[in-house]
Amino acid sequence: MEFILVGVGILACAVLAFSARRLLISAVWLALTSALVALMLYMLGGAHLAVIELSVGAGLVTVLFVFAINISGEESFDKETILPKPYAWGSLIIAGGLAIFLIVKTLGIVNLPEPVAKTSMINWDARYLDIILQVALIFSGVLGVIGILAPGKESSGKEVQK
Amino acid sequence: MSIPIPLVVLIVILGLAGIGLYCILASRNLIKVIVGLQLLVKGAVLAFMLAAHLTQNENLGQTLGVTIIVADTIVAVVGLALAVQIRLRTGSLDIKTISSLKR
Repeated sequence: MEFILVGVGILACAVLAFSARRLLISAVWLALTSALVALMLYMLGGAHLAVIELSVGAGLVTVLFVFAINISGEESFDKETILPKPYAWGSLIIAGGLAIFLIVKTLGIVNLPEPVAKTSMINWDARYLDIILQVALIFSGVLGVIGILAPGKESSGKEVQK
Repeated sequence: MSIPIPLVVLIVILGLAGIGLYCILASRNLIKVIVGLQLLVKGAVLAFMLAAHLTQNENLGQTLGVTIIVADTIVAVVGLALAVQIRLRTGSLDIKTISSLKR
């Protein structure tokens, strides 16, 4: 029952994050989605992952979104989408069908390694390359934050008109 | 009648992936596209944790989940930096407006 409640909450918040007209409201709904996803991760037995999702997904990313929206400002759009809606729905149905097909097809034939006692043993011993990758990614993230903070040229709109 | 937990989580995963994919495909605002990407990746993290839960291998699932969260956060940071710079240089966040490719 708790899983159903949390699941409905996640989907409702995700739909509201997508459909909100103001970007700031959208970021808030995204943070709430992230918090509920963290709750579901905890209920599935991933306490460490839930903590990281809550602090990074609902905290850091939301702060970055609010910061970027404040710098760039709100902008209103007309209802026309970048891809015509029938094509978008078609792509969605094909992707969903493919996902369900792959899930059903791989049931029972995937062999996973034996469970290991501690998360740290996997993190630091078995998958140490992931740690190096994460360090590299965090470094590129720092460069990305510099990109947010860097002053840009004043907007003129001339490049767009060309 | 009680619905099994893996089925509930699977529906949530497919729902999140669907909403995120539709947001990426249909949205014209660059920041909304990044919101869609975030939703899509949250579904992926949940999928990893569900698989770990079903195979009693929670530690491996958590390790992979952490890697996904780090990568997703960096993608969001770089994407937001690009969006801010595009907005400052072109004055718009509309994908249709800023596209300079010939149609």
